[in-house]
Amino acid sequence: MAWVWFHRFGSPPYFYRLAGRLTPWFAWPAALLGLGGLIGGLVLAPPDYQQHDGFRIIYVHAPAAWLSLMVYVVMASSAAVGLIWRMTVAYAVAGSCAVIGASFTALALVTGMLYGRPMWGTYWEWDPRLTSELLLLFLYLGYIGLRSAIDDLGRADRASAVLAIVGVVDVPIIHFSVTWWNSLHQAATVMKFGRPTMPASMLVPLLLMLAAFTAYFVALLLVRARGELLRRERAARWVAEALAATPAGQG
Amino acid sequence: MNAPRVGFAGAAAALMMRDLRLALRRSGDTLQPLGFFLVVTTLFPLALDPQLSLLRDIAPAALWVGALLSSLLALDLLFREDAQDGTLEQLALCGLPFQGLLLAKTAVHWLLTGLPLVLVAPLAASALGAPYQAMPGILAALLLGTSALSLIGAVGAGLTMSIKRNGSLLALLVLPLAVPVLIFGARATALAIAGEPLAAPLYLLGAIAVLAATLAPLALAAAVRVGLE
Repeated sequence: MAWVWFHRFGSPPYFYRLAGRLTPWFAWPAALLGLGGLIGGLVLAPPDYQQHDGFRIIYVHAPAAWLSLMVYVVMASSAAVGLIWRMTVAYAVAGSCAVIGASFTALALVTGMLYGRPMWGTYWEWDPRLTSELLLLFLYLGYIGLRSAIDDLGRADRASAVLAIVGVVDVPIIHFSVTWWNSLHQAATVMKFGRPTMPASMLVPLLLMLAAFTAYFVALLLVRARGELLRRERAARWVAEALAATPAGQG
Repeated sequence: MNAPRVGFAGAAAALMMRDLRLALRRSGDTLQPLGFFLVVTTLFPLALDPQLSLLRDIAPAALWVGALLSSLLALDLLFREDAQDGTLEQLALCGLPFQGLLLAKTAVHWLLTGLPLVLVAPLAASALGAPYQAMPGILAALLLGTSALSLIGAVGAGLTMSIKRNGSLLALLVLPLAVPVLIFGARATALAIAGEPLAAPLYLLGAIAVLAATLAPLALAAAVRVGLE
């Protein structure tokens, strides 16, 4: 059966062990790529002709903004998997995504505001991208709020899954409407990364940082999902065995 | 299971009549969103200089923020009592399309909050300095917008119906999702007041309303089923 791997993936002890083995494979690349990207972006890349050193914040801002959306999609997809196949592991992953995604969104907002101060002369501009980011943060907060308001774990999982799926349908509509709303006086986007005019010395560090942030997210998600599984399955025997196998002071 | 004796249309009509009758017997509660809308739209001129040109500029914002908040006000009770006394469970088990029955309940919410709001909107709009010619546009935008708001809000109400102290959680869930309605509705209203063609935002508002009417019942039925477990 082709589906065996899928069902095995859905078994908490299997996922717990697999996630534990995979974590260093994402954590180390994240650290190395991040180091390379930071050196490349903050030291080696030349200052921008118009924005001088101020542009360098994109090495944090752009990856955070990219992840803020990607984490939402990962959260909604794993919530959908949980809803369809009633899979504890998928719910644990979706629940672990929320705080990480909200943090990346907040980071993208804060760095966007810091970037806006020297560039636009104000911390907050009702720029379509920043506004969408803010609404995305509200969506994350609603998801977290709904999860924490329902006492029963199973019901919290399913209700928040429905909300995440509704949100993922609505996010493009929100982004489109916000862009349309403010398109009158914000014609050109301030930051188009990947445009051909960006020299390789600026672009390569940005791509490194994108890869580093993504790997960091996966590593963080695996760690959090493992913790979440331990919490959920604390009565199960595999948890006692897994914890007994771990030397004290580790994990 | 026995085949249901009543068809879907009969059941939906009976359900709507029951909800309307219950609402009319508590006319005080039922009228609250409408009164709230009028009070909120009155507060805006009081917080500003009552200059007609200024009021005309903020009229779309005042009307639509008022509509959004007053629609939210009645949402909390939409499913709560029926969930507590078991009515929703019976509806889920009766063998008729659950989504359709929930859509009927949502339609009653719109009849009790959306429609009255559309009817008093000319009053509030002209108090905010909107010219007489703008009324058809404002009414069309509000008709489409309030129905979309009821549908989106119903999903939020379904998700929170079993939470005892939900406080402002419902607002936190529903308001970000309703942003497109707010943007296009306010835009259509502003264009109507300025006397410009407003077909574009009205079409988009209509698209959102149709999309909500298509997808919201699915999410709503899933949300209410979760709440009933």
